Amino acid sequence: MESNKHFVLGVYEDEDVLLDAVGKVRESGVKIHEVYSPFPVHGLDGALGYKMTRLPKAAFMFGLLGTTLALTMQIGMLGFDWPMIIGGKDFFSIPPFIPVTFELTVLLSALGMVGTFMIVSDLKPYKKPRIFDIRITDDKHVMAIDLAKNKMSKDEIKKIIQGSGASEVNDKDFEE
Amino acid sequence: MQVTSTVREALVTGNKTVHDVTEDICRQVEGKPTKSWMLGMAVSLAALGIGAYAVLTLLWQGIGVWGLNKTVGWAWDITNFVWWVGIGHAGTLISAILLLFRQKWRMSINRAAEAMTIFAVICAAMFPALHMGRLWLGFYWALPLPNTFGSLWVNFNSPLLWDVFAISTYFTVSLVFWYIGLIPDFASIRDRAKNKISKAVYGALSFGWDGAAKTWSRYESVALILAGLATPLVLSVHTIVSMDFATSVIPGWHTTIFPPYFVAGAIFSGFAMVLTLMLVTRKVFKLEDYITINHIELMNIVIIITGSIVGIAYITEFFIAWYSGVEAEQYAFINRAFGPYWWAYATMMTCNVISPQLFWVKSIRTNIAATFILSIVVNIGMWFERFVIIVTSLHRDFLPSSWAMFYPTFYDVGVYLFTFGLFFTAFLLFAKFFPVINMAEVKSIIKSSSLKEKK
Repeated sequence: MESNKHFVLGVYEDEDVLLDAVGKVRESGVKIHEVYSPFPVHGLDGALGYKMTRLPKAAFMFGLLGTTLALTMQIGMLGFDWPMIIGGKDFFSIPPFIPVTFELTVLLSALGMVGTFMIVSDLKPYKKPRIFDIRITDDKHVMAIDLAKNKMSKDEIKKIIQGSGASEVNDKDFEE
Repeated sequence: MQVTSTVREALVTGNKTVHDVTEDICRQVEGKPTKSWMLGMAVSLAALGIGAYAVLTLLWQGIGVWGLNKTVGWAWDITNFVWWVGIGHAGTLISAILLLFRQKWRMSINRAAEAMTIFAVICAAMFPALHMGRLWLGFYWALPLPNTFGSLWVNFNSPLLWDVFAISTYFTVSLVFWYIGLIPDFASIRDRAKNKISKAVYGALSFGWDGAAKTWSRYESVALILAGLATPLVLSVHTIVSMDFATSVIPGWHTTIFPPYFVAGAIFSGFAMVLTLMLVTRKVFKLEDYITINHIELMNIVIIITGSIVGIAYITEFFIAWYSGVEAEQYAFINRAFGPYWWAYATMMTCNVISPQLFWVKSIRTNIAATFILSIVVNIGMWFERFVIIVTSLHRDFLPSSWAMFYPTFYDVGVYLFTFGLFFTAFLLFAKFFPVINMAEVKSIIKSSSLKEKK
C-alpha cells in the first residue's frame, strides 16, 4: 500500500458549509482523500467529482438472471421433466408462471445488488474500519486529506482548510 | 441547501441538534431496561410459553386438535395468516412507497414499522406451515426440491405455491432493506460504546461502516432501488394472498375485486398496528419530539383513505353478488350478513367501515387516546374481515347435509396467542437493543426542521 498514514482533517459542523468547502478546497488544488458524514449529504458526491454508481445496472442484471432462472426452472420442471395433467390445461403456459417469475426476479435483483454493494464498499462484519474522528457517526462532517497524495506542505493545506469554514483542523496518523 | 415549503410543519420539534438525535435514540440502547419494558417482556414471554404448549401439542397430535371440520377446512389458522401478513404491509409502504414519493415524515417511523413487518411476516408464515400438519415434510410440498417421488415437482400453477415464493421473497427483501438502514446507526452506537461486549457486538453489526461519502452515495442508490423493488413486491404479496381465495370456485371467494381490496385492507390494518405500537413506544421512550402529532395525524389520514376503500369494496362485493344473478353467489352474501355469523359481519362493518370515519374530525385524529383505541378497533375489525371471508364462505357449502359451524378449541386460541407472544417478544428486544428511529435519516432533516422552528 502507499503510505496513506498521515492525514490532515477538516471538521465541519454544517452540511452546507461543507459543500462549499469541498468546492473551495478542490479549486485550490488540494486532493481530497474522502469526506465522512453522519448522514447522506445531497450533492456531496457531485462536489467531490464522483461518478454515478453502477449499482442500478448490477441490480438490473441480477433481476434479469432471476427472470431467466425462474422461467427455465418452471418450464423445465412442469413442461419437460414431469409433465402433469392439471385440469386438462397445457403443460406449460406463461401466465400462471408470472407470479413466481416476478418474485424470483425481485429476490435475485435485491440480493445481488446488496451483495455487490457490500463487496464494492468493503462492508463485512469482521472489518475494523479506519475511524478518522469518533464524532463522524454523531454530528461532525470530516474532510480527510492524504499528505502523501498532495504536493503542498502540511501548513499550506491546513491554511486552505481553515479558510474554507472548518471549525477544527486536526492531524491524524495511522500506525498499521 | 434543502428547502421545505413553509406551509409544512416541522417534522422534528424541540429545536433538536444533530447531536441531540444521537443522544435521544442511543439512550434507550445504552441504558438499563426500564420497569415497563420488563413488564412487557414478562407478559410476552408468558404468552409465548402458553402458546408454545399449544404449538407443540399441535405438532405432536396433528391438526385435528384445531376446531376444523370437513366443511370448514380453513378457519382461524388462515385468518391469522392473512391478518399477520396484512399488518406487515404498512412497514413496507412507509419505508418504500413513501421513500419513492419523497415523504420525509416517514423517517422517524420507518425503522420500527419495518421491524414490525419482519416480525409480522414470521408470525404469518407459521400458520400455513403448521396447517400442513407434518411440518417435517413441508419442504418437499412447498419448495421445488429434488425428491424420490420422481422427482415430482411442486405445482407452479397453484396460488398456494405462489404464496410460498411471495412470502419468502417479501421476508428476505424486507429484512435486507431494514438491515441496510441499520448499518450506519449501529456504527453510531459502536462509536459510543463503553464496554467491550457492546463494542464487539455493535462493531460486527455495523459491518465496518465509516460514513465515507462514496459509500453514502452508493447506499442512497441501493436504498432507492430497494424501495423501487419493494413497492411492486408488497403489492404482489397481498395480491397473491388474495388469489389463494380468488382463483378458487367457492362463492364468496372467487371475486375479481380481491387483489386491490386485500392490498387496501392490508395497508389499513398495518397502519393501525403501526399506530398501536408507535404510540406506546413514543410514550415509553419519550420520543414525542420525533413522532409528533403531525405524524399521527398523517397516519390517521392513510387509515381514513384505506378504510374507505375497504368499505367501498364490501359494498361492491354485495352489489356484484346481486347483479351477477348467480344464486349461489347471492346466497353466500345473504348468509354472510344475515346468517348465523351475522355478528362477525356486523363487527367487521362497524370496526372497519364506520369507526375510521371518525377520523374526519380533526380533534379525533389528533387525539392520542382516541387514535390508540381506534387503532385497536381497526385491527379487531380486520381480523373479523378475514374470518368472515373464510368461514362464512365455507360453512354452508354445496350440500346442505354437510353444513356446519366452526367452534375454535384451546389450540386455535393457543397458536394465535403464540404468535402474539413471538411478535411482542421480538418487538421488545428490537426496541431495547436496536435504534428505534433511523438516526442517520432523521439527522438529514434536522437543519430544515430547526430553521422552521426558529421562524
